[in-house]
Amino acid sequence: MSDPSDTRPRLRDSDLLRAFMDSTQAMVAFLVLTLLIIAVLLAPFIALTNPYDLATLDLLNSRIPPVWIDGGEWPYLLGTDSQGADMISLILYGMRTSLMVGVLAVMLSVTIGTILGLISGYFGGWAGTIIMRAADVQFTFPAIILALLIGGLAKGVLTPTAQAQFAIPMVVLALGISHWPHFARLVRGAVLVERNKDYVAAARLAGRGPFTIMRRHLLPNVVNPIAVLATLDIAFAVMGEATLSFLGFGLPPTEPSLGTLIRSGYNYLFSGEWWLVIFPALALMVLVVAVNLFGDWLRDALNPQLR
Amino acid sequence: MIALIAQRIAQAIVVLFVVSVLAFLLSTQIGDPVASILGLQATPEDRLELRAALGLDDPWPTRYLEFVTNVLRGELGVSYITQRPVSELIVERLPATFELAGVALLFSLGVGLPIGIYAAINRGRWSADAILSLSVIGVSVPTFVIAILLIFLFSVTLGWLPSFGRGQVVQVGWWTTGLLTPSGLKALIMPAAALAVSQVALVARLVRAEMIEVLRADYIRFARARGLKPRVIHLSLALRNTLIPVITVSGIQLGFLFAFAVVAEAVFQWPGIGLLFLQALGSTDVPIISAILLLTAAFFVAINTIVDLLYAVVDPRLRAGGLNGRPAGA
Repeated sequence: MSDPSDTRPRLRDSDLLRAFMDSTQAMVAFLVLTLLIIAVLLAPFIALTNPYDLATLDLLNSRIPPVWIDGGEWPYLLGTDSQGADMISLILYGMRTSLMVGVLAVMLSVTIGTILGLISGYFGGWAGTIIMRAADVQFTFPAIILALLIGGLAKGVLTPTAQAQFAIPMVVLALGISHWPHFARLVRGAVLVERNKDYVAAARLAGRGPFTIMRRHLLPNVVNPIAVLATLDIAFAVMGEATLSFLGFGLPPTEPSLGTLIRSGYNYLFSGEWWLVIFPALALMVLVVAVNLFGDWLRDALNPQLR
Repeated sequence: MIALIAQRIAQAIVVLFVVSVLAFLLSTQIGDPVASILGLQATPEDRLELRAALGLDDPWPTRYLEFVTNVLRGELGVSYITQRPVSELIVERLPATFELAGVALLFSLGVGLPIGIYAAINRGRWSADAILSLSVIGVSVPTFVIAILLIFLFSVTLGWLPSFGRGQVVQVGWWTTGLLTPSGLKALIMPAAALAVSQVALVARLVRAEMIEVLRADYIRFARARGLKPRVIHLSLALRNTLIPVITVSGIQLGFLFAFAVVAEAVFQWPGIGLLFLQALGSTDVPIISAILLLTAAFFVAINTIVDLLYAVVDPRLRAGGLNGRPAGA
């Protein structure tokens, strides 16, 4: 019986791990990601200032440039912002929000897309047609436009207090909804291939219901491509959050994310305080590049044809 | 072939129908035209009268039909904020976005094609691998970050290029162009480059993958066996078959450039459709939002349909089984 909890350790102990050890790209990307995630999780303990707690900020320390520039001061390695918050601390907290939003958004897309893809692929019929037509309609729009539309309309409809309260769920929803068709198509395609195989027929003859077959038999066999797409999709979602927030349709300035940091820092670019925007932008780049490199490697490693 | 055309057009109509229903719902459910026309001082009687006059009390299907007829006649409503016809605003802004997206497409093809060809021919060499890794960075940097970095370098630090606007534009008929003045060209460089970067990487990867595939084909091996020069094999024999998917993909890319122009236009305050869309979103100017929604859908549906049909024209294998023969998820 192909239970996911049986296959995973077997995978981990064999080809995947060997492929990982063979690839510098994968190891570097993984190392960077691990370091970033650890730093971000430890943010409350290692950050000099806490952007959520104004008492830790000192206006006397505002707008200090990075240490290697005249006027720079220890311990503010990358300088401080207009309220005296340490840039490194801001970036750590911001990345924490960005990553959280990104992961939640991908989880939403994966959940919607997998369920609809399984239904559409296994049952076909009118339900399958409607689902895939809906995906087609949504594919007509670039995901970023759709996310902007959802974020923008939510801002127009909600009251300011509700906006502040539901800022994170709204962004997760906007990004999650804008990407489900990718997963639905992927899962449907995989299910269409799997569903005619003998093991599915055997399960059906053994009297298993359609939902048990989907969950116990089909899902474990489509998990690899989903994992690859989900990894790469985190990069999309992190960039999406940053773009939405930068354009003013994502998180509010009170919720530091990489996008809101770049947005508020951008106002100071022309007055010479470039570190307020350049460092968060570089942090965003490093994060997304690492995720993409790891995702690319995972795609190649899990695809037996390329090995 | 005729069956295929009919099928694609039917699909396009279904998509446009769904989007038009969404746009209709948007323009009726969000915002109140009566309040926006009469203002706050209006009496309830005035409101009821205007509601009747505007046909807001008619049944849904009637109102939807009216909405669609108006759209087909080019009447897209009046902007709540500027009180100007939406169609006028859009026509005014279209040239800016088309020039931006068009030039960005030229950038991305002009840079992406040679890189992809080089990476395919020299596969396995470190220089080709380095290019491939760099292309990951290209797709990993959001458009607005590239825009900011460009502004920081060329406007703030070096002072070479303007950081916002379209420069001086020239009127050619109803079309305004920035391509004919030095300041217009200068203003176009950075927005187009920012927009093109992620597409350069995509073009390069696509060309590389396609070309590697083509280079494995029998006719190339045969050409090698005949002793033809590598130059001829690569650039004349292999490239031709590589370009088929590239041409169709660049059609789709134009659509995406159009979409991501929103971001570039916001950073550079480029007076195009994208900026109009963002301003309308910011002030919940529903007539503009729903008009741009429809326009984008129509544009993308047209591009997708044309690309699919072109594919069938260029690659006869697709004609036999219809387009359902394509692998899922592609």
